[in-house]
Amino acid sequence: MNSDKITKTVLFSVSILILMLAAGMLYSLVGGAIPAFKEFGLKFIFSGEWNPTEGEEKYGALPFIVGTLMTSFGALILCLPLSFSTSLFLGEYFRGTRVARILGLLVDLLAGIPSIVYGLWGFYVLRPALIEIGFGGRGFGIFTAALILAVMIIPYATSLSNEIISMVPNDLKEAAYSLGATRLEVITSVTIPNARSGIVAGYILAFGRALGETMAVTMLIGNTNQIPTSFFGTGNTMASVIANQFGEADGLKLSSLIAIGLLLFLITGIINAAGKLIIKKMN
Amino acid sequence: MTNTIAEVKKPILSLKDLSIAYDKKYAVKNVSVEIKKNTVTAIMGPSGCGKSTLLRALNRMHELYENISTEGEAFLNGKNIYDMSPIKLRRHMGMVFQRPNPFPTMSIYDNVIAGYKLNGIRTKKKERDEIVERSLRDVALWDEVKDSLFKKGTFLSGGQQQRLCIARALAFSPEVILMDEPTSALDPVATSKVEDLLVKLKENYTIVLVTHNMSQAARISDYSLFMYLGELVEYGKTKNMFTNPIDPRTEEYLTGKFG
Ligand SMILES: Nc1ncnc2c1ncn2[C@@H]1O[C@H](COP(=O)(O)OP(=O)(O)OP(=O)(O)O)[C@@H](O)[C@H]1O
Ligand SMILES: [Mg+2]
Repeated sequence: MNSDKITKTVLFSVSILILMLAAGMLYSLVGGAIPAFKEFGLKFIFSGEWNPTEGEEKYGALPFIVGTLMTSFGALILCLPLSFSTSLFLGEYFRGTRVARILGLLVDLLAGIPSIVYGLWGFYVLRPALIEIGFGGRGFGIFTAALILAVMIIPYATSLSNEIISMVPNDLKEAAYSLGATRLEVITSVTIPNARSGIVAGYILAFGRALGETMAVTMLIGNTNQIPTSFFGTGNTMASVIANQFGEADGLKLSSLIAIGLLLFLITGIINAAGKLIIKKMN
Repeated sequence: MTNTIAEVKKPILSLKDLSIAYDKKYAVKNVSVEIKKNTVTAIMGPSGCGKSTLLRALNRMHELYENISTEGEAFLNGKNIYDMSPIKLRRHMGMVFQRPNPFPTMSIYDNVIAGYKLNGIRTKKKERDEIVERSLRDVALWDEVKDSLFKKGTFLSGGQQQRLCIARALAFSPEVILMDEPTSALDPVATSKVEDLLVKLKENYTIVLVTHNMSQAARISDYSLFMYLGELVEYGKTKNMFTNPIDPRTEEYLTGKFG
């Protein structure tokens, strides 16, 4: 065997190994979730009850699905104005300047900060600040979690949209300028429409991150197991309920937590695939 | 005969000591020239001599970039272009680029009318329809696209796209159309269509055309500028320049010694 062939074989085996790892994970998740689905059927997904009292155990994922959607959408909405203006600033107004490079680096740096650090900051700085401005419930809740999540997903939303915005061909912008357009008109009629799908993909990927983000959310969301009634109330996300309860869980409860994990796995998988598909379609 | 008529035409554009520098390095030096109304004026010269740089000064495109500085004056119908707002000026000076660049997110119809939309000029639908049809007829594209006006302009062939871009520049009825090697990305058939078009368009417009192609300049231009290393070497009637160049550098270029 020549070295080329060996390299090929090794690389191939490694990729197969990774594929098997993912398949194995999915397999054990499904296996672990089966008892919960056997007990509650599909109602598991739509039931809002979470009762661990022995003898009358009942588990449903709805409170956490709702909590996840509320925090993630909330984070998306909160992050949108910030990251959108930042990406326009970096990709259009100050494209190629030193200011843009430094700011771009700082934004990317945000992505590298571990979740637990955001959580600590949220717990000891953000939460007291919210209480200060008259926030009830000791500052915990969906809104607090969404706020910290928004900061965490800004780099993901920003760096992709900034990249796509700065890739809009210069001669298209010049064509618009040559027709007498102002800078704002060029941005709204040429830059944004041409970068639209990339910007959307950026936000979808950021949303995917928000769905699964665990540590900081667990520390701030208040960890209650009812369907959240308001954006400012407490709750739990799919990820945070697992982090919060897996240590003391066994039997049906553990299986229910694993089933929630499986659902989260599927949802984030679909969201990420959708984002990547849009990016692929653009090229 | 035609030459004597051309002789009396008034200048629509006059440049006085125009110099343009990239990062303080001059690419165009002290160009003074008068361009006459309803003519095709070709700007010729070897690569890098400053043709595009000069052309883009005329609609103040350079002001989009901080590293480019312009000195001197330029007048459009006697009015200093640097006293106008660049937005207004650009409506009087259409521009066609080297590579066809229709807006990919817009339909053929919207591309033609883009100038109005971008400037937020409100027009009635009937008026818009007329502008689109007139502009597309002007560039002899109407018959080819009238049934697909609402398809994307990027589905057209390269030559059709370039004519669409010319239509887009015409829609505003500019006085001058600036063209930077508009046929260099086109095949010979599409090129000759665009050339025929330019000859026809000069009845209503003034065309300034940067071209690498000497036979193109000879075929369709009335006047020619020859530039070398950022300087205007020679300016005159195309016929005279091709038959009897004054400057030895012009002669060398025209006989293919460089460029
Ligand atoms: N954006 C720019 N930044 C710095 N220098 C530039 C820039 N554009 C052009 N130049 C320089 O200015 C000079 C003139 O360039 P210009 O593009 O006007 O030449 P040209 O005559 O149009 O050439 P070509 O026939 O190759 O298109 C060249 O020396 C070029 O290197
Ligand atoms: Mg050029």
